[in-house]
Amino acid sequence: MTVGLTHYLVVSTLLFCLGLYGVLTRRNAVAILMGIELMLNAGNINLVAFNRYVAPGAVNGHVFALVVITLAACEAAVGLALVMAAYRSLETVHVDEINVMKW
Amino acid sequence: MGELAAFIVLSLVILIPAVIVVTSRNIVRSALSLVPTFLGVTGFYIMLQAEFVAGIQVLIYAGAITVLILFVIMLTEGGSGVDVRQMNEQVPLGATAALWLAFLILVVLFRTQWPAASGQPPAYNAATIGSAFLSSYVLIFEVTSLVLLLSLIGAIVIARREE
Repeated sequence: MTVGLTHYLVVSTLLFCLGLYGVLTRRNAVAILMGIELMLNAGNINLVAFNRYVAPGAVNGHVFALVVITLAACEAAVGLALVMAAYRSLETVHVDEINVMKW
Repeated sequence: MGELAAFIVLSLVILIPAVIVVTSRNIVRSALSLVPTFLGVTGFYIMLQAEFVAGIQVLIYAGAITVLILFVIMLTEGGSGVDVRQMNEQVPLGATAALWLAFLILVVLFRTQWPAASGQPPAYNAATIGSAFLSSYVLIFEVTSLVLLLSLIGAIVIARREE
């Protein structure tokens, strides 16, 4: 039995749903960002696996995976800066306690 | 056979730390559990013959993003103690939503006939990706670099201390 496209898709589905569970249930904003990183990784596995098994000669899936990695780095930097700003003015990083629009 | 064994080992290396990431009470343990997950995904990329993406994954995810997350955990010490409640009251609801989504995706996935093609990947992965970025995808490349610059400036402006 060889490893096929479906195997990779099953693992990336499970990883995506674990990330979704983390996003939905965590209170800490940093932990929510970790869940988002897991979901982005699941999407990247999909892109590279489809590239390998549907169009093996092309590199389009690799290109999109690289763009997603770059945007994930941007998103992590800006998101963590927002967490720092919220912590400095509100003294908390728990998203259910951050409930004011202006301090 | 060896490929299947490697796949199973890498799947466990990805999924078990991912469970720890979303369930651990200790936020630093969550952040450090991201590292084996990212390295397992790197192993997947190598199995899928995407060596360049694998290298970038190690550099950016396992290197930069994990360190960034650890820095912010250290700087926001008020929210990271083990005695602080880390889960909100939506745990049953969130678990139900995630399980239903997984079930739905798996059903769709096994019912779909994927258009499989056979062929050999290009011999020089990084060279092909580089020429693709500078020919067909040059607009994406430029916009991504602009987004990088803007997020750099934005992160500095948001995170600096107000005078």
